[in-house]
Amino acid sequence: MIARHISLLFDGFAYGMLLFVLSVGLSVTLGMMNFVNLAHGTFAMIGGYTTVMLMRSAGWPFFATLPVAFVGAAATSLVLERILYRRLYRASDLDQSLLTIGIVFVSIAAAAYVFGTGQQPVQLPAYLRGRVEFGDFSFGIYRMFLVVAALVITGLLVLGLEYTRFGSRVRACVDNQRMARGLGLNVDAVFSITFALGSGLAGLGGALGIEIVGLDPNFAFKYLVYMLIVVAVGGLASIRGAFVTAAMLGIIDIVSKYYVPEIGAFVLYFVMVSFLVWRPAGLFARRS
Amino acid sequence: MDKKIAGLAGLAAATLLAASPVYADGTVKIGLIMTYSGQFADLATMMDNAIKLYVKQHGDTVAGKKIEFIRKDSGTGGTAPDVAKRLAQELVVRDKADIIAGFSLTPEALAAADVGTEAKKPMVITNAATAIITTRSPYFVRTSTALPQPIGTLGGWAAKSGIKQAYTMVSDYGPGIDSEGAFQNAFKQGGGQIVGSVRFPVANPDFSAFAQRLKDSNSEAVFIFVPGGEQPAALGKALAERGITPKTMKVLSSGELTNDDALKGLGDAALGIISGWTYDHRHKSALNAEFVKGMNELLGGRNPDQFAVSAYDGIHLIYEALKKTNGNTDGDALINAMKGMAWESPRGPISIDPETRDIIQTIYLRRVENIGGQLGNVEFDKVEKVKDPVKEKMKADGKLTADGLAK
Amino acid sequence: MTVTTAPALATLNPRELLRAHVKWRHLETLFWLATLLPFLVAPTYLILGSQIAIAALFALSLDLIVGYAGLVSLGHAAFFGFGAYTAGLIAKAGWGEPITGLLAAAFAAMVLGYLTSFIIVRISHFALIMVTLGLCLLLYEVANKAHWLTGGDDGLQGVRMWPLLGMFRFDLYGRTAFAYSLVVLFGSFLILRRLINSPFGLSLRGIRENARRMPAIGSPSSNRIRTVYIISGTFAGIAGGLLAQTTEFVALDALSFQRSAEILVMLVLGGAGRLYGGLVGALIFMVARDQLADMNPQYWYFWLGLLLIAVIIFLPNGILGGCARLLARWRRRA
Repeated sequence: MIARHISLLFDGFAYGMLLFVLSVGLSVTLGMMNFVNLAHGTFAMIGGYTTVMLMRSAGWPFFATLPVAFVGAAATSLVLERILYRRLYRASDLDQSLLTIGIVFVSIAAAAYVFGTGQQPVQLPAYLRGRVEFGDFSFGIYRMFLVVAALVITGLLVLGLEYTRFGSRVRACVDNQRMARGLGLNVDAVFSITFALGSGLAGLGGALGIEIVGLDPNFAFKYLVYMLIVVAVGGLASIRGAFVTAAMLGIIDIVSKYYVPEIGAFVLYFVMVSFLVWRPAGLFARRS
Repeated sequence: MDKKIAGLAGLAAATLLAASPVYADGTVKIGLIMTYSGQFADLATMMDNAIKLYVKQHGDTVAGKKIEFIRKDSGTGGTAPDVAKRLAQELVVRDKADIIAGFSLTPEALAAADVGTEAKKPMVITNAATAIITTRSPYFVRTSTALPQPIGTLGGWAAKSGIKQAYTMVSDYGPGIDSEGAFQNAFKQGGGQIVGSVRFPVANPDFSAFAQRLKDSNSEAVFIFVPGGEQPAALGKALAERGITPKTMKVLSSGELTNDDALKGLGDAALGIISGWTYDHRHKSALNAEFVKGMNELLGGRNPDQFAVSAYDGIHLIYEALKKTNGNTDGDALINAMKGMAWESPRGPISIDPETRDIIQTIYLRRVENIGGQLGNVEFDKVEKVKDPVKEKMKADGKLTADGLAK
Repeated sequence: MTVTTAPALATLNPRELLRAHVKWRHLETLFWLATLLPFLVAPTYLILGSQIAIAALFALSLDLIVGYAGLVSLGHAAFFGFGAYTAGLIAKAGWGEPITGLLAAAFAAMVLGYLTSFIIVRISHFALIMVTLGLCLLLYEVANKAHWLTGGDDGLQGVRMWPLLGMFRFDLYGRTAFAYSLVVLFGSFLILRRLINSPFGLSLRGIRENARRMPAIGSPSSNRIRTVYIISGTFAGIAGGLLAQTTEFVALDALSFQRSAEILVMLVLGGAGRLYGGLVGALIFMVARDQLADMNPQYWYFWLGLLLIAVIIFLPNGILGGCARLLARWRRRA
């Protein structure tokens, strides 16, 4: 009985961790740079396709493709940042949304053209498949791997943004751009790197997510709502907020679907609306 | 103002109708309404390539008339039946299409039903699979399947094969609910017992909660219906993580869970899944071998699925009907020609039920096995000449008119 | 947010300013006369025309809150779909009279607006976007679950409309549908145009620019926000009702996230806060989509995406916003 519940909680937590990896980059770009980047899913999709192509065509092992997925998405985002995003840093939210929705449309069609409209399944190495059992408890191995990956990413991000010189530069540029410029910081470069970091994380999330949520050209759009929910409830620009929220939403989603499957889909949305009415700036708002 | 506008419009239309060219006697226009883009684009990829293959094999002239296809995308922004209906209207009034084919999804077909009825144009459904669609217009003909056909057959087989209890898991939308009903009815009729059921939300990235519910039920067997796309593999993996594989619990499903893409994702956890379905690319027949070869070339190595074969048959039906009418494109003449038509499809012998205009076909029971290092469906039993049980019941209850329409 | 400062603001008193705005311009007359053209030049495009008019009305309703009050909603389809289901259900129940059905749809959407407005005034910015989205998704799930009432995913079938005014059948060519949608759009436009150019409309723009200061000059922000939100929802409901009546079908899609997002895209494309922005945006988006999809049914998204990117890069603040800026620059030079 207890074992079953612990397994459920664990599954929810692992699912939440996937949501976290997919969304945390958005929290960085939206929260820190104030840029409404609805094309976040596009970068996730780029990461996913990178992994699929390397595994299938070049025969790379799954783990080796992950850094490339990160780099591929980050590099693409740097190019787009240079030609498109940069022009709109000062534009209204609405203009930013329109630009990024345009990018989503282009990327969906391009992916369908290049990779076809079908699903892109991958065969994970045998040691990542299946499950381990400790007495009554049983955990999926891939889910355990996801949890570990998410914890590592969180640790690196928190350390990197709060305890390094680069992190303090980012925070300075975000909090007061003019002052940062005055102090001789290269704000443009800092923004570029931050943006690439956020997109790279999305790419990593896309690669890690194939096993759980699949991959097809519509990926760029399909998970946008989930990403936005995590960022909104967690509070903009808060790594910890995104982490706690993603974990909480994952658990709530799984547990509610287990106990009350009839209203399973309502619960997630209901929780989001209630939390936002209660704390409009998010649970861990860095600033309002 | 309204009257004036309408009067003006009437005048304009009258001039235009008079001026519209008497369309060349030598062509037959077939409008295709499919989800070419968006979430369901892969269905259209399959169907459209099958149509291309048919034309490649059989030429583009029938009964002395040139066949012309007009492709319309109904996939704008998800499923937009208002768009599908408008496209059907435009095909009729602007493109002067003689026949409409396609319809990826049920709501599209249902929304367009009245257009076919009013314009008296045959509408050949090559995918949308809810049972009742054909009862909504006397101009609907279906070459795909009514879902209760394969699923009811599977349920009946399950009971007969000695399975005593089953749990059902379906997606919470039209086709899922249709399948749930079809399986439960047939299974109970055969003496089986339904020990529980659950429906998952249509957008559901993670299935572990449902897998746990299933495990708790300790059922002997489970029936599963999920739409194609990423869900079959996701669900299968969630089951495997809970230790539910065909080795520990009998897994019965529709063809979606065991199609190529899903099997690739699932791996060996899929071994032993039993499905009741209309088509698999491994079906053994000379016609199918040729079909698969042609599709492989067009699809860059991918194998065709039931969407492809349904569209292939749909175009075949249109070609044959045109031959029978000697190129006459009158809607009633074509529909009459289609009724009762029987032919050999890559999936086996099929025919159009003259009473309901729905397909009558063989349903295959298949098991996932390792075939030379690759997972695939192996047919081990079949039920021939299966009709849609839902409409058969309607007929028995006197709820169906002679035209096969709902009363 | 876009700032549209009338240059003459300082020199005119508000009453005269409003009067100047209310005055009907030649270009506007021309625009509305041009909407009749499809009857003459493109009679096989009338169905598309009616759906453009419906989208235009929907975008116009969204403009009220996005462009004028500065509240961005990503869940406006909630009203659209609610209106659509109301109109559809009434017709299905046996009352197929279009105009009363449309009024009922408007009323239903208004009630929904009233109920949700209590939540809306409490929040702003990103949270507001997400809450409107959340409410819309909740309603979508309700409609999906209420299979017995709405037909769920299969859609609401059996909607039968009576002839408009007892005379005009909804025909295959879409003549009645277009005329009907156009008249409703024009009527709604007149009402909203008057509303925008009233002291109420001015107070909305005040809220957009600074919601906190408005109470200080005697204009209670949250009451105004609730009022405009309800009005906006009502007109979105009318648009939804129109779609249900002219297509005689309602699908879950009417409540979807895609529908909400798409209408926002149309509005921003045209230019928010300009009354005509939604109309122009709907026209260009729908025509472009129709033409691109005809040319390239599989990959037209690519070209539509490029169009959006190009517009935003070359014409910030949407087509009308960009054109206005170019025009101003050209005038200055002249």
